[in-house]
Amino acid sequence: MKTITRETGQPAVYKRSFWTNQRRESAVGLMFIVPEFLGILLLGVFPLFFSLYLSFTEWNLVGGLEAIQFVGMDNFKDLLQDDKFYHSLKNNLLFTLGTVPVSMFLGFLFAVIINSATFFKEYFKVVFFIPHIATGVAVATVFSALFHPSNGPVNNILMNLGITEPPKWLGSTDYALVAIIIVVVWQTIGYNIVIYLAGLTNIPEDIYEAAQIDGASWLQRITKITFPLLGPTTFFVSITAIVGSFKVFDMIAFLTEGGPNNSTNVLVFYIYEEGFKNFRMGYASALSWVLFLIIAAVTAITWRAQKKQF
Amino acid sequence: MAFPIQWIPQQWNFAENFKTVWMGNIPFGLNYFNSLKLSITMTILTLLFASMAGFAFAKLNFPLRNKLFILLLAFFLIPSESTLVPRFIMIKWLGLYNTHAGLILMGSFTITLTFLMRQFMLGIHQEYLEAAKIDGAGYLRIFCQIALPIAKPVLATVGILKFLWTWNDYQNPLIFLMDRKLFTITLGMESFKSEYASSYAVTMMAAVSAIIPLLILFVILQRQVINGIAGGGIKG
Repeated sequence: MKTITRETGQPAVYKRSFWTNQRRESAVGLMFIVPEFLGILLLGVFPLFFSLYLSFTEWNLVGGLEAIQFVGMDNFKDLLQDDKFYHSLKNNLLFTLGTVPVSMFLGFLFAVIINSATFFKEYFKVVFFIPHIATGVAVATVFSALFHPSNGPVNNILMNLGITEPPKWLGSTDYALVAIIIVVVWQTIGYNIVIYLAGLTNIPEDIYEAAQIDGASWLQRITKITFPLLGPTTFFVSITAIVGSFKVFDMIAFLTEGGPNNSTNVLVFYIYEEGFKNFRMGYASALSWVLFLIIAAVTAITWRAQKKQF
Repeated sequence: MAFPIQWIPQQWNFAENFKTVWMGNIPFGLNYFNSLKLSITMTILTLLFASMAGFAFAKLNFPLRNKLFILLLAFFLIPSESTLVPRFIMIKWLGLYNTHAGLILMGSFTITLTFLMRQFMLGIHQEYLEAAKIDGAGYLRIFCQIALPIAKPVLATVGILKFLWTWNDYQNPLIFLMDRKLFTITLGMESFKSEYASSYAVTMMAAVSAIIPLLILFVILQRQVINGIAGGGIKG
């Protein structure tokens, strides 16, 4: 812009610089998003397609890139005949069914109770939220002590209640998944409470007053007013929870390592096992794509239904 | 164990357990330091990248801005669990396996947090930025001296969320670290579990030690954490 050529003594001329305001803003804008965008492309998008390629190969990391063998659809064919894969998928579904509805129902119930409390509202919110932020493996350590078959307080209480042979929890093929479900429900309730509380504050008080005048009972008000009005919240929470439940790993890896006898093996843990214990990179990649497709489908449904405005 | 359960122990071994955890065979202090180092570094980098991108997406005009933003959100569909294998191979190629740098590289870009940042920056009045521009401030200066100070609340939210997630992360350190000296607190917990399986007192001491800094941080910044998670509808 500043092109008054004082030195030459010629009349001032405004030369149009290439860098107009708009061009400069565009350049700065692009520069500002480059680090984030490049990071995501390099560490999120590229690996996804790289794993698609790997899923058509067989490779155990040894021997470098030359050792990669293209095997076509073999990994996926194997997958369809792999009992362990079906087993992990089944466990994942059981885990989802065991955690999501229970945690949401309890979250909803506690949110309604906390919301009707006069005192200590904030206090309860914070207390219930602590499990959600507490380090998962530390939580797992505490629960593994609680669930100890002979010395743990859980079984001590059960035995004192007259149950002579209480379940062996994490050591039992029948109860290990149940124990993990209990831990995860405990961990996730706080999150659901907070989301539901946020939804509850948006319901106007006069609706309840009108219902009360019409003689609606407490239960009727909850089931006929609160629950339907929180529909969008419930929808959102359930999708987030379902996606989260398909990503479960920490609790399984830390507490049971998929055992005993694969009774707690889930998708992500199976990927970990195949990829980083058996070093079957191709097979683990095929499993990763199954996981990706499941999660992408669930998430895509949310987005379409939610019609979030950007 | 007796019934009713003994809530108050007959014997106090606090000092001894404390010593076993912090000065025993497992380099718990070092694990602690590693977790702190990784969490702080990744938090700072995430704040930098997310705020820059958030500011540009919210306040600057450039070609394809909205399309690029929606593309970035679409990338959110990719769960990090499904890219573990290829990331492992890439990090090995880069020579970053078993280094903190590898974890930092992978942990410094978070789409959800960029989204939070952008949503907040949308609310900054354009007049502030225009006024600064008229006064001759460049974009970098507008970003640093106007946008960032206004965005302090969301910076706190994003920062603490990232710190929490990194501190609690078990999966990435488990896969990308091998050397005990580089282990984080979550892997340290695992060492305790396998070495002191019979001594619950020691493992509990380690568990409590791992959670305490988070509890303190959370109690101080609870509003930011809860509103950030509830408002953004995000989950770590």
